[in-house]
Amino acid sequence: MRGSRRARWTFGAMMALGLAFVYVPLVVIVINSFNASTVFAWPPKELTTRWWVETAHNPSVRAAVVTSVEVAVVATAVALVLGTLLAFALARYRFFGQQAMSLLVVLPIALPGIVTALAFRTGFRTFLGLELSIWTVAIAHATFCVVIVYNNAVARLRRTGLAPEEASMDLGADGFTTFRLVTFPLLRGAMLAGALLAFGLSFDEIVVTLFTAPPGVTTLPIWIFQNLQRPNQAPVVNVVAAVLVLVSVVPIYLSQRVAGESTGGGRI
Amino acid sequence: MVGAHDQDGGTLAVRVRGLRKEFGDVVAVDGVDLDVRDGEFLTLLGPSGSGKTTVLRMIAGFELPTAGTVELGGVDVTRRAPFERDVNTVFQDYALFPHMSVLDNVAYGLRVRRVGRRERTQRALEALGSVQLGGFGARRPSQLSGGQRQRVALARALVNRPRVLLLDEPLGALDLKLREQMQVELKAIQRQVGITFVFVTHDQEEALTMSDRIAVFAGGRIEQVGTPADVYERPATPFVAGFVGTSNLLAGEAARQVVGRDGTWSVRPEKIRVEREDDGTGAAPDDRHGTRGTVREVVYVGSATRFVVDLDVGGTLVALQQNLQTSSMDVQGLRGARVRLTWRPEHEFRVADEASDPAVPVPDPVP
Repeated sequence: MRGSRRARWTFGAMMALGLAFVYVPLVVIVINSFNASTVFAWPPKELTTRWWVETAHNPSVRAAVVTSVEVAVVATAVALVLGTLLAFALARYRFFGQQAMSLLVVLPIALPGIVTALAFRTGFRTFLGLELSIWTVAIAHATFCVVIVYNNAVARLRRTGLAPEEASMDLGADGFTTFRLVTFPLLRGAMLAGALLAFGLSFDEIVVTLFTAPPGVTTLPIWIFQNLQRPNQAPVVNVVAAVLVLVSVVPIYLSQRVAGESTGGGRI
Repeated sequence: MVGAHDQDGGTLAVRVRGLRKEFGDVVAVDGVDLDVRDGEFLTLLGPSGSGKTTVLRMIAGFELPTAGTVELGGVDVTRRAPFERDVNTVFQDYALFPHMSVLDNVAYGLRVRRVGRRERTQRALEALGSVQLGGFGARRPSQLSGGQRQRVALARALVNRPRVLLLDEPLGALDLKLREQMQVELKAIQRQVGITFVFVTHDQEEALTMSDRIAVFAGGRIEQVGTPADVYERPATPFVAGFVGTSNLLAGEAARQVVGRDGTWSVRPEKIRVEREDDGTGAAPDDRHGTRGTVREVVYVGSATRFVVDLDVGGTLVALQQNLQTSSMDVQGLRGARVRLTWRPEHEFRVADEASDPAVPVPDPVP
């Protein structure tokens, strides 16, 4: 589309304003994590890596990172298996209740987080009689991670259709060989993209985590939440926040690249 | 193993009997019998939804027939999986593997049949060479044009030396020039490799150009099987007359007056001569049949001109005249003119009425 010069200027300005609104605070946090002043005088007079070193040696931060990674890895693994299987079932077979099923699969991402969180807490403790643990957190996270993996996988399955698999069988490959040489390689990119996004989503989740984690299981976002009010921790909180930004951005960037590459750059 | 034979004693590559396929309430294929001879180029021709592609997919093994049998080289393969049949398919959208190089695509069939790496690479390179894509092995399918992808799909199928090659509208996505070029090439390749081709198309010109025989489909049934000349010059049903070429039907009173007999008759447009009514003597010469009418439409198509003429006796005929001496300016003036149409009686052919004459020859009983 080619707008008039004035329209392009207006759109450009609005776009810049919108992006600035979202990204300037993030940039400020990252810069502040290098700010030598303990009260964050702005603009920073002096830059230092002192807070980063301090954070890296902070035992509670290190424990929180480990917890977050553990939760995200388990949630992603569960989501990868269930999400891919669901995608196959819903994209490749026709059965009674299919429409309802596909709605139910994606619903968790639309439900208010606090409701899901409360439901899980009640479900785990009252109905299943489970002690809250790192596992209850991971399982709760897996519910919305499944949606991400499913969405990626189902889109890919629908886009590629049955033709490549039919061609493979036509050329003499049995079902297993076809899966190994054609179906899985074509789906792999979408699965990886979904897994990366799911990992990022789990890593910075807080509402569901707060409701399903027992005292003592502290993920990185919960650690920030707990230390926000302590002035002497402020520099470390800044660093942790900067780390969270990076950990969330990198998977999204990677997943976009993977999703674009794995089909050979274009539709056949 | 004794192969099935047709009446002439040739071996049958494909033998289809009583084939039927229902999708829910829809009957896609409704009792098809078909023999494909070894080494033959047979075309399944018909409009979309006539069942031709479904028949092809049942021969390939992608669809399980509701009833009937498919034999390949005398062996019943009706219930065998696609990978247990000695046929390969060139798909309408080519269905190349996007994540593999062109060479790996072509070598795929050999790879899954455990042919050694060195041999399969060599044979794949040869196959690519035979479709003029020698230097393209390292590319991805997405880096090729439509015509090139089409050739890769052909090489990928032919490299396996199947007993039968199935082609599902393989030229449908190409532009006209490339299409015509590929028609010639496909036919040449088929003669060269001597593999039986079963080719699906809705394009009657393509079918007439390439085929040894044509099976014309309508409504899930075969209307007629025959050589291109059979199907074009002696169509068995009004549907075939209309679908292969222009229908040009004379029926009822028009047939009685012009042809002098009952029934439904037809003349191909290029056999009809168009003259102005005021030219010549005004009566048809004794050796020609003819009738009079008014030109409704004149379509100039470059090498020829198409006249649509409303007949005085009722009905409409289309006549095609080569532009030997005329130019577009001359013929445009003929719209609305009174003309006389004449043709030689041997160019008339009777078209069976659907109700009275069975159009589909009764097949041999299954032994």
